[in-house]
Amino acid sequence: MTSSTPERAGPAAPQGGAGGAGGRPVSSDRISGRPPWLLVVPAVLGLAFLVLPLTGLLIRAPWTTLLRRLTEPHVLEALRLSLVCATVATAVCLLLGVPLAWLLARVSFPGRRLVRALVTVPLVLPPVVGGVALLLVLGRRGLVGQWLDSTFGITLPFTTAGVIVAEAFVAMPFLVISVEGALRAADQRFEEAAATLGASRWTVFRRVTLPLIMPGVVAGAVLCWARALGEFGATITFAGNFPGTTRTMPLAVYLALETEPEAAIVLSLVLLAVSVIILAGLRDRWVNSP
Amino acid sequence: MAFMRLPRWAIALPVALSIAGLSGCGSGAPATSTGSTPAPAGGGAGEVTVFAAASLTGTFTELGKIFEAAHPGTTVRFNFGSSATLAQQIAQGAPADVFAAASPATMKIVTDASPAGTPATFVRNKLQIAVPADNPAKVDELKDLTDSEVKVALCAEQVPCGAAAVKALDAAGLKVTPVTLEQDVKATLTKVELGEVDAALVYRTDVIASAGKVRGISFPEADQAINDYPIAALAKAPAGDLAQRFVDLVLSRQGKDVLTKAGFEAP
Repeated sequence: MTSSTPERAGPAAPQGGAGGAGGRPVSSDRISGRPPWLLVVPAVLGLAFLVLPLTGLLIRAPWTTLLRRLTEPHVLEALRLSLVCATVATAVCLLLGVPLAWLLARVSFPGRRLVRALVTVPLVLPPVVGGVALLLVLGRRGLVGQWLDSTFGITLPFTTAGVIVAEAFVAMPFLVISVEGALRAADQRFEEAAATLGASRWTVFRRVTLPLIMPGVVAGAVLCWARALGEFGATITFAGNFPGTTRTMPLAVYLALETEPEAAIVLSLVLLAVSVIILAGLRDRWVNSP
Repeated sequence: MAFMRLPRWAIALPVALSIAGLSGCGSGAPATSTGSTPAPAGGGAGEVTVFAAASLTGTFTELGKIFEAAHPGTTVRFNFGSSATLAQQIAQGAPADVFAAASPATMKIVTDASPAGTPATFVRNKLQIAVPADNPAKVDELKDLTDSEVKVALCAEQVPCGAAAVKALDAAGLKVTPVTLEQDVKATLTKVELGEVDAALVYRTDVIASAGKVRGISFPEADQAINDYPIAALAKAPAGDLAQRFVDLVLSRQGKDVLTKAGFEAP
């Protein structure tokens, strides 16, 4: 579902940006002729590859006991926790990630290439390793965590805040990369025009740049939220696993798999259904669907 | 329209990365078990695939080397992990020759799903309180874990070390509220090694294997929560006869020596 989000966000071009794209073909419908099979066949195969595992879940789902399992309090608890944590993590990523993307795209400084590569580190790192790394830095005996503990009495591991930290760590690159891509593609002449008219750099960012790249920000936030929602490895390693405080849906799924695979399937379906509903809802909210 | 102005990579990259990231998430799950997705044992007779509880990691690796030395040309491949996960993997058709579990309950998942040799109990393991080497919370008996100031990690009840912990705490009539329920005993131990928790209930053998990084404290109630470790060769074992020979090695005098040296008790 995440795969088409950049496109979905596309039609939501803000007023400022629409003019810049003028004169280019608006949609592929304008190009006549049949879609070439060299593209269609792999596309269908790709779709099947993505959708078939879902079919597997649907086939094996214990439909007769579904409703009873769904209403179990611990399921709702885990679901609520997952949604809250993924949303807060996305907010954190937006607050930190958009400025970071702006810095990477608009300010040239020595070592920018290296910084850009470093931003993608959480993508390359196996999430469990990410979790260990977070423990070593923010854990009770970690480099920063030690100081947090002694100065403010804050310990992050095994708390809901810890879940948010783990999710934000893993999900932020998705946002930064999307937003940076949008920034580098946006027409900078609008910003220049605003600046010549006397706008400060902050005003330019707020009134021109941000509206211009909004589709990219939304697409990035959606990717980021989806990644945070499914986060498992870093969460269980850094934040642990306790019902009500740190056991999100993916953790509940993994534990259920140990003893009761059917329950794990139900939990997976719930997570899937909720995320699809929310993403589809967002699409209508943010994008004027064609 | 707006996306038309994005360079192609700006669209392709997040997509490609999201796929990579999401799959990475999945593979993160059983990372505590080495090589958790065994390739199909196409090698035939020269290869034995052993699925063993995480707590057997050190001892079975050693036994594997002994087995390979005694049967030149054979290789022993291990899949270590939580017994419950391994049992599910075997029940779903993973190509295992031998299963060594940390509890009869997890062994039963396998023997119920497919025929196997009669499981034999080869060792027993006892819980200990593990504390960081400097013991910051000054824990010295089981009762200390009930203190709300003491951060405790336990294994999840679904896995054998967690079931044993519940049994021991019940036997002592104590109620402990852990900060986390870990997915296997090695993950629980790691939380102690890193000093993130003040105490955890793990196996005696894990404390010994940690080589001084954690301290173990014995407690009397552990006697009421002793884990029997059963082992069985699976009937559909791709390695056939070799599977039983590996089981025989584990049950032999030599096998016992390796295991008791690591802190296991003879059954």
